[in-house]
Amino acid sequence: MKLDHSLPPEYSTEENRLKILGFWIFIGAEIMLFGTLFASYFTLVDRTAGTPGAAELFGITPLIIETLLLLTSSFTIGLGVHAMRMGNKKAMMAFFAITLLLGAGFLGVEIYEFNHFVHQGVTLQTSAFSAILFMTLGTHGIHVTIGIFWGLFILMQLKKDGLNPATANKSFIFSLYWHFLDVVWIFIFSFVYLKGMM
Amino acid sequence: MDILDRFAIPPHDDPMLYGSLVAIVIVTIAIIAGLTYFKKWGYLWREWLTTVDHKRIGIMYLISALVMLFRGGADAILLRAQLAVPENSLLDAQHYNEIFTTHGIVMILFMAMPFIMALMNFVVPLQIGARDVAFPRLNALSFWLFFMGAMLLNISFVIGGSPDAGWTSYFPLAGNDFSTSVGTNYYMIAIQIAGIGTLMTGINFITTILKMRAPGMGLMQMPMFTWSSLIANVIIVFAFPVLTVALAMGTFDRLFGTHLFSTTNGGMDMLWANLFWVWGHPEVYILILPAFGIYSEIISTFSRRNLYGYKAMVGSMVIISLLSFLVWTHHFYTMGQGALTNSIFSITTMAIAVPTGVKIFNWLFTMYKGKIEITTPMLYAIMFIPLFTIGGATGVMLGMSAADYQYHNTMFLVAHFHNTIIPGVVFAMLAGLTYYWPKMFGFMLNERIGKWAAWMNCIGFLLAFMPMYVTGLDGQARRMYTYSASTGYGPLNMVSFVGAAVMAIGFVLIAYNIYYSTRYASRDIGSDPWNARTLEWATHTPVPGYNFATLPQVDSNEALWSAKKKGHKLFDSKYEKIHMPNNSGVPFIMSAIFFVWGFSLVFSLWIPAILATIGIFACMAHRSFEKDHGHYISVQEVEQTEKKLRGVS
Repeated sequence: MKLDHSLPPEYSTEENRLKILGFWIFIGAEIMLFGTLFASYFTLVDRTAGTPGAAELFGITPLIIETLLLLTSSFTIGLGVHAMRMGNKKAMMAFFAITLLLGAGFLGVEIYEFNHFVHQGVTLQTSAFSAILFMTLGTHGIHVTIGIFWGLFILMQLKKDGLNPATANKSFIFSLYWHFLDVVWIFIFSFVYLKGMM
Repeated sequence: MDILDRFAIPPHDDPMLYGSLVAIVIVTIAIIAGLTYFKKWGYLWREWLTTVDHKRIGIMYLISALVMLFRGGADAILLRAQLAVPENSLLDAQHYNEIFTTHGIVMILFMAMPFIMALMNFVVPLQIGARDVAFPRLNALSFWLFFMGAMLLNISFVIGGSPDAGWTSYFPLAGNDFSTSVGTNYYMIAIQIAGIGTLMTGINFITTILKMRAPGMGLMQMPMFTWSSLIANVIIVFAFPVLTVALAMGTFDRLFGTHLFSTTNGGMDMLWANLFWVWGHPEVYILILPAFGIYSEIISTFSRRNLYGYKAMVGSMVIISLLSFLVWTHHFYTMGQGALTNSIFSITTMAIAVPTGVKIFNWLFTMYKGKIEITTPMLYAIMFIPLFTIGGATGVMLGMSAADYQYHNTMFLVAHFHNTIIPGVVFAMLAGLTYYWPKMFGFMLNERIGKWAAWMNCIGFLLAFMPMYVTGLDGQARRMYTYSASTGYGPLNMVSFVGAAVMAIGFVLIAYNIYYSTRYASRDIGSDPWNARTLEWATHTPVPGYNFATLPQVDSNEALWSAKKKGHKLFDSKYEKIHMPNNSGVPFIMSAIFFVWGFSLVFSLWIPAILATIGIFACMAHRSFEKDHGHYISVQEVEQTEKKLRGVS
């Protein structure tokens, strides 16, 4: 393994550089995935068949909590990668742990919110709008769930193996994924929730 | 046994279905018995099921594609036999629906796609002078996901019933109300599994082509097949996620009773048609662009000239890839978008003919004043140009939205897309198969049998599909299982059947050619039997595991040719130890779990489905914790291999 010390650790080997580029291309595919979901959401948003629609369903409080939690988690993982580049493993792990906790908090509020929708009589089967709403939010939520487990595995490896080019690479790619989920949330926040509540 | 009734074939007591069931069981037992008797289980596992070598994965794609070609071909023969005479009762309506549906799915997704993947996998790393793809393990996973998806769709024929709503699977026909068997569940889930594999291939090959080219090979020094593969993979990455979402939505409608594509509770059936074709139209360019790449390699090699208009070729492919995303509505002009929308999509559709025409002229100019040598691959390429041009011209006819009201859903359309796909993709794959066969297996396919097969395919194709243009303009609808004698379609449909039979002879000849050449062909062919121009012919035959002992130095888009003619020095003779990836059984195991997952979802068996989901995530977790740094091939070992191979070639 040839190490290039002029680059940050996550880019220091050829294999690492390939993985980062590959992951960027994967994010390209993910953009198309969420783009398709958004397009379908906009197509079906008014097709509620007389059941509660976006305006009746969404509440401002859970939305603000979710948004704050997720945006903060994107900031803390950024700090984590910064700590990683300074070689401070302890700070890095702390920031990663905070990120995952914030993610779990987000997920908790989202589950509460889904429960709230169901209590208002809106389930997956109610209307075309309800189905695409649950699918769009749910796809994002499943991504966050997978991310939490993935991040946990990386934390375990950091603890066991310490910071090396391989774990740095995994952590960096995970941070790309986490930031991407945040970007998707900004779109959900603006075009699903805000547009729905106006 | 009520429980088992769910897996039974829906009640049309057709001896063909039971025949296939018996055949599948016998073949499975024969394979298992054969492997056990010859003690090949270990060999199969070590050398093939766990391999991460792009060349072996390519060969496995090739075998799958050939098997599926014969399965889809048998479907085609049955369809044409049913329509050969009016009021025929060979197949009933339901069985006919199932056969044209699976014919479409199998031929597009499980024959053409793996055939292209086979050539891409085998050729691209060699062409760019790399030792493997960027993510060899992911590549194995891609193959096995495709394979399990294909198997899942194929068992639908004998367990539970095949999909029957057409390969486009339009809702509401494909919804639970009108498609009551589990067939369409198979469609949604089998294609989903294979599609995930294809998406990973896309990511893998873009990374490989962008980052792993040999020193000196800039983007504009890449051989044309590599360029076409790069563009096809970019289309894959941006088109397949749309299919993923559409299939997930369709699955939800069928399994969980959502109302996304239904006609009640606000559902919108046209959303499926739009999403399907937003993927579906780029998909046909995913198929045709690598085929164009193969033709470019073959025409240049056998005209003994460099490819005319390299930059125009690249530019036109880029333009085609962009336009491919802007034409999807032309598949349903008659479904009420209004005149403005239809006009816009008419223009974008017809615009695609321009870059395609540029490519046709470039191939003609490559041949102009060349020393053309008519080998089997070149024969296919020469047949391709006029036949594909006819297909393209009828495509422009279909692209005119006002006129399309006459052609829509008629045999004219069926003739058009077969006219582009068969001479375009299938002939390219057969040409590519013949062209790369010596590099893959170390001997050449017999030229005489190969040319006979090519002519059979060409004549059979013309007989089978030209009459359809006529009956289509006369109003014969597609997907109708029979017609009355008074329509007058009978004689021309009989000609189509004869054509299908002639094509079948062509494909049998290809199979015979493989058998014949395996037995009798010379093994002493050197590493460059066609006197070709690009890097894949610069290494030994058989290709060593590491492809190139030292990485080639490239100075042009025809690196081998400039080494031959201008004395360019390709290889440094000083060996270094070579890093290679380790084999792994996890891709195979994970894909097998995907198969269980898919099968359980098809039949709504929730507990096995949940267990399989956990299994899939367990495999991913295992991968996260696994430490696999690959292995090194020592300098002595490289020297020994090279000495041995030089003796051979």
